[in-house]
Amino acid sequence: MSGDQPVHVRLAPLLAHLFPDAPRLVSLPADDVAGMIDELDRRWPGMGACIRDTTPAVRRHINVFVGGRRAALDTKLAPGADVFILTAISGG
Amino acid sequence: MSKRVYVLLGTRKGVFILESDEARRDWDLRGPYCETWPIQHAAADPRTRVIYAGGGSEWFGPAVWKSTDLGRTWSHSREGLAYEPGATPVKTVWSVAPRGGSLYVGVEPAGLFRSDDEGATFQHLTGLQAHPSRSAWNPGGAGLILHSLVVDPADERKIWIGVSAAGVFHTADGGAHWEARNKGTRADYMPEGQNYPEFGQCVHCLVQAPGSERLYQQNHCGMYRSDDEGRTWRSIEEGLPSSFGFPAAVHPRDPDTLYLLPLNGDVKGRFMPDAKAAVWRTRDGGDTWEALREGLPQRSAFFGVLRQALATDTLDRAGVYFGTSSGSVYASADEGDSWTCIAQNLPTISSVETLVTDDAGAGAG
Repeated sequence: MSGDQPVHVRLAPLLAHLFPDAPRLVSLPADDVAGMIDELDRRWPGMGACIRDTTPAVRRHINVFVGGRRAALDTKLAPGADVFILTAISGG
Repeated sequence: MSKRVYVLLGTRKGVFILESDEARRDWDLRGPYCETWPIQHAAADPRTRVIYAGGGSEWFGPAVWKSTDLGRTWSHSREGLAYEPGATPVKTVWSVAPRGGSLYVGVEPAGLFRSDDEGATFQHLTGLQAHPSRSAWNPGGAGLILHSLVVDPADERKIWIGVSAAGVFHTADGGAHWEARNKGTRADYMPEGQNYPEFGQCVHCLVQAPGSERLYQQNHCGMYRSDDEGRTWRSIEEGLPSSFGFPAAVHPRDPDTLYLLPLNGDVKGRFMPDAKAAVWRTRDGGDTWEALREGLPQRSAFFGVLRQALATDTLDRAGVYFGTSSGSVYASADEGDSWTCIAQNLPTISSVETLVTDDAGAGAG
């Protein structure tokens, strides 16, 4: 766990819309992308499976960006990192 | 007591619902629901009036949507609707079948799940994956999909499934053990001499006749009937304009009456034969067929009808409905004798199912 400083996760509007009480910006503790998804799923059951499939991998048409770069499940998250979860244009 | 009739449409862009009274002349359309997700199949539990819709988002993967207020509001779940880590992930839900307090769900790649809590959570019925033929199953044009789900109303442990292009399989113990039931159905796309394999048939739609052990199937290669729970099949395609089509629908009470929508063939565009629309009906279990054309377009009908997009209702006389690949819905309130277009310009229609209720409908609460 990354100390007391959380990471800041911006959810894709479509994703947040599927979970009515989910805000667009979430601050949560996580060391890597997989842990971040676990924490999102703990707060909003089902959200994890919307981001990550059972390969396991980030879904083909979901992009997770950390520090401006596309991330994978094992991408580390620095304390205070900004994370974007976006719907890919290829999925539309 | 008045009745309300609901026609549930699964489409490429969400669920739509058509609603009418028992005269079935005037229809109101609502939707799209389910956040415009691609929905392969929407069906209702007639006992509880809960509507389930199965599909999958390219972004977010598979889910089963659920409405307890006849479509006004929806929730969704995919809890447990997944294979074990490392397996090819579930891409989308293809069929939903509420039966006897349980909800059965067929998915792509082919597998079967069950929910015992009205779609809140799902369990994988792993027996199908253990069938010895499983590793040799090949996908059809739409993928390796479990699209047809027949749960015997007299014994919920008896289930038949249709998988493209693996064929028909049966379990008598609720999904623990399965056997192939394809004897007598052709696979024209196999080499000469190998056209009747144990499995590998491209079944397009599998339905059970009411109150009997009879099954019908529309196959990529012919139309078939079984009177022994699928152990043997015989062709009933003589008299039809084509051996190729996708959907089949049984009459709600008469096991000898069946409806089909033959297309012009698998390599000729897959639309209405001669571009003239017709539903084909048998009243004698497939021995003879008649074309039903009154009210259907008899020129320039270049549409297809997908495998789950033909249905009947339970009224007397039975209504018959189909939705087209070009987004039109045609309805008959007289068992197919005459037809009316009741919706058009919708997204591609994947499925059509009906629900008949005994009250004034959702608006009356």
